[in-house]
Amino acid sequence: MSVRVLVPSDSTAKSLGADAVAAAVAEAAPALDVRRTGSRGLYWLEPLVEVETAAGRIGFGPLDVQRARTLFAGGAPSAEHPDCLGLVAELPALKAQARLTMTRAGVVEPLSLAQYEAHGGFLGLRRAQSLTAQEIVAAVTESGLRGRGGAAFPTGVKWRTVLQAEGSQKYIVCNADEGDSGTFADRMVMESDPFLLIEGMRIAGLAVGADRGYIYCRAEYPQAIATLDEAIRLAAAAGHLHGFHLQVREGAGAYICGEETSLLESLEGKRGTVRYRPPLPATAGLFGKPTVVNNVISLATVPVILAQGAEHHRSFGVGRSLGTLTVQLAGNVRRGGLFEVPFGVTLRQVVEDLGGGTASGRPIKAVQAGGPLGAYIPPQHFDTPLDYESFQTIDAMIGHGGLVVFDDRADLGTLARYAFEFCAEESCGKCTPCRVGAVRGVEVVDRIRRGERAVDNRILLKDLCRTMIDGSLCGLGGMAPLPVLSVMEHFAEEL
Amino acid sequence: MRMSRASRGDAEAGLAEGPGLAEAVGEILERLRSLEGPLLPILHAVQDRFGFIPADSVPLIAKGLNLSRAEVHGVISFYPLFRTGPPGKRTLYICRAEACQAMGGAVLEAHAKRALGIDYGGTTADGEFTLEPVFCLGNCACSPSVLLNGRLHSRVDPKAFDELIGR
Ligand SMILES: Cc1cc2nc3c(=O)[nH]c(=O)nc-3n(C[C@H](O)[C@H](O)[C@H](O)COP(=O)(O)O)c2cc1C
Ligand code: FES
Repeated sequence: MSVRVLVPSDSTAKSLGADAVAAAVAEAAPALDVRRTGSRGLYWLEPLVEVETAAGRIGFGPLDVQRARTLFAGGAPSAEHPDCLGLVAELPALKAQARLTMTRAGVVEPLSLAQYEAHGGFLGLRRAQSLTAQEIVAAVTESGLRGRGGAAFPTGVKWRTVLQAEGSQKYIVCNADEGDSGTFADRMVMESDPFLLIEGMRIAGLAVGADRGYIYCRAEYPQAIATLDEAIRLAAAAGHLHGFHLQVREGAGAYICGEETSLLESLEGKRGTVRYRPPLPATAGLFGKPTVVNNVISLATVPVILAQGAEHHRSFGVGRSLGTLTVQLAGNVRRGGLFEVPFGVTLRQVVEDLGGGTASGRPIKAVQAGGPLGAYIPPQHFDTPLDYESFQTIDAMIGHGGLVVFDDRADLGTLARYAFEFCAEESCGKCTPCRVGAVRGVEVVDRIRRGERAVDNRILLKDLCRTMIDGSLCGLGGMAPLPVLSVMEHFAEEL
Repeated sequence: MRMSRASRGDAEAGLAEGPGLAEAVGEILERLRSLEGPLLPILHAVQDRFGFIPADSVPLIAKGLNLSRAEVHGVISFYPLFRTGPPGKRTLYICRAEACQAMGGAVLEAHAKRALGIDYGGTTADGEFTLEPVFCLGNCACSPSVLLNGRLHSRVDPKAFDELIGR
């Protein structure tokens, strides 16, 4: 049998030349069996090429075409080669992680059902099929899983509401809009382990009695959409969907459509404006029917909870933040990528130890956590543990787990202005504090930065932020002031 | 829009008016009308076909779905990725979001506008490039990010940008 070589096909890896590297390997050593996996998320090593050996997979990366040609001339390089990174599973960057959800990403060929099952796929679904709906909901509740899309609402509680809601038609909607800057965990699941999401949605369907599901994926992720479409087709053909009707729907560039009620409007074919609550989507969601809306990572974590038990999931994390967080390290960081860690590790451990500090080698000035609506955190708070409650104490939020690193050249005043600019651009327009407040916010920030009545305008700006926080209909207007306030507090000389 | 396609090169721009349009839209309606919430999939299909959503398709879609023109227009105008006019041969999306800004995104934006001589939303005089902003491409560990005709590019500095556009 010929030696197997694995080259990632995830979209970041491709953007770094993975396709050309795969072709170069195949050309340099035609006897090798070149396969395309997803990515493990160690993006600073991409394209990371792995070679199967008796001891396990060994890695080489980052490779370009030239290096791939030399390395693979005449066959696969061995572990003794000076460029070899060693066994991939033993890489410190992976050893330091607790991969509960992201176990197959980068390991399997994304569209191979056989490999999915060989690596523990469908165990959770099989377990769920032996349980009652109430028992599935109880397991998810006991696991302590909280929604990973940002709001951290207990998933089991949401599911119980939908289970108990009256209605012959119920829906499972997966929120794959992933609009936050600095985040790509959802994309990784969809591109690298799509059957996992399908399995999670299928289990959710059994738990609440829903036989229809939609994955609302942002249009900016064409490869995720194509991979999911194909995965659904394959899973259905192999009889894994058992009458569960599942479809991918594509967004069209509106950030607000990540907000769950706006997403539902969009799925219904309307403008993505936010709905008043109540009613909650759990009782009157898609087309007015009881609907589970969950983030990709929430749904992708359900199979392991069923397969390995609620206790196992609870054994990770701290306090009320249980399980693991798929941290996405981004921006000006030396080792950017996906790090799945138990809740409770500190920001410093992630950014400095795992991330290795800035890519530029300069001091870190701030980390923005939780996307465009999240606070800029200064180094004096880097010892804060990554858990929902601790982050609240520093007026920050974890959100979807994105951490964007900035070095000392960053202009936080400009970034604060950008937060309002973004909100003005993306506001759905339904409520005044958000629609008008964001525009006024840009103007007031500009005045302060020009030195026009700076003291008065700072008071005005804080007041405006308060109004938006208290009066906005949803989290867009309600949270856009957070990055601004964090800059005013921690980087006062810049705003 | 499929960001992976939707360039005038592979769209049938010539069909965007006249009887060809009615036929193409009719076929799309026929295929997708029975979906739950069919409007967005239909608009995507029309844009995939023509590279944008031709004005003359709006009444046809409205009629096919029993909606008012205003409703269809309202939906088209809400979503940044739906276009109402033809793009250049190649569409270039530059990420404006924070992770890309942390790696010099603003310098890249300014350079791109200067190199192409257009602002966001514009198309070069030779019809070659349309420049659009985008807020995150999910490639934030390898910023700044650019999407050119559906292909993602990482760590794009001004020099890499010039190579991308072949200038
Ligand atoms: C402005 C705004 C944007 C949001 N964007 C997303 C998103 O892109 N993805 C996501 O999963 N949740 C997003 N959310 C949160 C959703 O409204 C909702 O809480 C989530 O989909 C519920 O799923 P979960 O409980 O599994 O997290 C957003 C919320 C707001 C206010
Ligand atoms: S912020 Fe630019 S790709 Fe995410």
